[in-house]
Amino acid sequence: MSQRIKKIFKNKNKKLVTFVTGGDPNKKTSNEILDSIIKHGADLIEIGMPFSDPIADGPTIQISSNRAIKSGANLDTIFNIVKNLRKNNNDTPIILMGYYNIILHYGLDNFVKNCKLAGIDGLIIVDLQPEEDIELLNKLNKNKIDLIRLITPNTTMERLKIIIKNASGFLYYVTITGVTGRQSANMNELKKIIKNIKKYTNLPIVAGFGINNRKQVREICQYTDGVVVGSSIVKIIEKNLTNKKNMIRLINKFVKELKKGTFE
Amino acid sequence: MPLIKEVEIEYLKTKKDKNFQDEFAYYLEHYIGRPSPLFFAERITNDLKGAKIYFKRDELNHTGAHKVNNCMGQILLAKRMRKKRIIAETGAGQHGVATATVCALFGLPCVIYMGEKDIKRQSPNVFRMKLLGAEIRSVSSGSKSLKDAMNEALRDWVTNVKDTFYIIGTAAGPHPYPSMVRDFQSIIGKETRKQILKAENKLPDLLIACIGGGSNALGLFYEFLDEREIEMIGVEASGLGLNSDKHAASLSGGKPGVLHGNKTYLLQNKDGQIKEAHSISAGLDYPGIGPEHSFLFEEKRVKYVSATDKEALEAFTYCCKHEGIIPALEPAHALAALKKIAPKLSKDKIIIMNMCGRGDKDIFTVAEALNIKL
Repeated sequence: MSQRIKKIFKNKNKKLVTFVTGGDPNKKTSNEILDSIIKHGADLIEIGMPFSDPIADGPTIQISSNRAIKSGANLDTIFNIVKNLRKNNNDTPIILMGYYNIILHYGLDNFVKNCKLAGIDGLIIVDLQPEEDIELLNKLNKNKIDLIRLITPNTTMERLKIIIKNASGFLYYVTITGVTGRQSANMNELKKIIKNIKKYTNLPIVAGFGINNRKQVREICQYTDGVVVGSSIVKIIEKNLTNKKNMIRLINKFVKELKKGTFE
Repeated sequence: MPLIKEVEIEYLKTKKDKNFQDEFAYYLEHYIGRPSPLFFAERITNDLKGAKIYFKRDELNHTGAHKVNNCMGQILLAKRMRKKRIIAETGAGQHGVATATVCALFGLPCVIYMGEKDIKRQSPNVFRMKLLGAEIRSVSSGSKSLKDAMNEALRDWVTNVKDTFYIIGTAAGPHPYPSMVRDFQSIIGKETRKQILKAENKLPDLLIACIGGGSNALGLFYEFLDEREIEMIGVEASGLGLNSDKHAASLSGGKPGVLHGNKTYLLQNKDGQIKEAHSISAGLDYPGIGPEHSFLFEEKRVKYVSATDKEALEAFTYCCKHEGIIPALEPAHALAALKKIAPKLSKDKIIIMNMCGRGDKDIFTVAEALNIKL
């Protein structure tokens, strides 16, 4: 298990996890955005590995993924971004999120080695099922990198046990049936399911998909150990492509606002 | 994942159910018009001066292609699962038309995802789907073609999992789709066996079919896979040529990867990003291939070759004039390969090609490619 992830969840404050696509809109700006997000209150950060066919993502993240690819971003770009972040920060857990094909293509050994070198703490691979991930999982375990598992409102009890079996770091509860950035969570359902998951595991649980304001952060943090906000941050990038200064200023303001929601 | 499991569990149960098989057989015969004929293509045989050539005429099915066999199987399954809404992706529009057709037959609402590029080049099929009551959703992300339509259909499915059944059109996608689609299409090979034994009193020497995702080819091949003496050739679309970067030949020009819930050969760039496929035939314009074809390729059980846009067009007009059959551009690729192979085989050999679709939908594309103003 990653020491950084373990350490940050020891403290019981609710966590703000942010998502942006690595290399969006380009490598340099992406680095500045991430630096700034950490400074303004993100407790953990997720960096999206751009992929041509992000089937679990809504239009906002699809377009952001395309922007990153067009700017030339690939896995090496992402590793460089993380190395740059680690120059000033050795505490914030960094998680890569994405799809299996580019990892497979890069080579599992090469990928895990570079994750370790860059200082990456966890991975979320949206389209890799527990039934298929044993090869990668073994390599990650040896290097103390967590493979973070997703649970959805449709996850059955039977399946929950399979998912939890090899889970480490924390669990990611997908609040809706659907793709990123579209609807918002059904709070009653969320409350019930999180309570149920907690019966089977002591791992921290963060919730994501469709969370985009301080009020939702506050509500969801009542039941979880934290929240993930992605599409609405990416949207700020999208709307301010021609004015980087404004983009970063607005992102900072938004992250600060979200962070307040975790305390209330 | 639970939704895939649900389909798998239900399908495995249903497959063994005699009532289901009877119902499926009933609609294949009385609605689709099966068995499709096995036709001795005498003029082409004489012209090529080699092996005897038969066409398995799946283009004569209701809706004009083999696609409807699978749609019928899947919608009967969807009905058993009490699903209230059907979605599908389509490339050439054949699968979309077939899906819209069975939805109309059973009174289920139908949403078809189709790439913006394909909507433009397959306008007759778009109109047919609308007539049949389907809602067409244009997909403008990525390459605006079949792969992106499939992305969008999968997004719809995970969003509306409780009431929706996703009818995938080819032998690809997450398990159990590749094997389920193959099973529903395997009627093609089963009929072919009976028909060729009746006509020639022996089995064929060679089977040929075109490959996009590969469902018509698997439908023909599956019945004969254990008979090692029967050769099989799958024909991929090599667009402007295998070296041109504008083709759809996943086996000849791709590498193994993971997309749409299956591990298979995919066209991808140096970073593992999925490349855009290209083919004059919208139905073959997909950067992947069904995983069973990848297996048969690595096992060397089936030989995979390719035909270019130009070769397919030549075969298209050749077939019209020699047999009075306007083939779809998809089987025109198979015919292009057949034209090269048949003259090399002796006259006592038998080739069966799957004429998996008719070309009415393609006449505008062909006219444009031949610089003819309609």
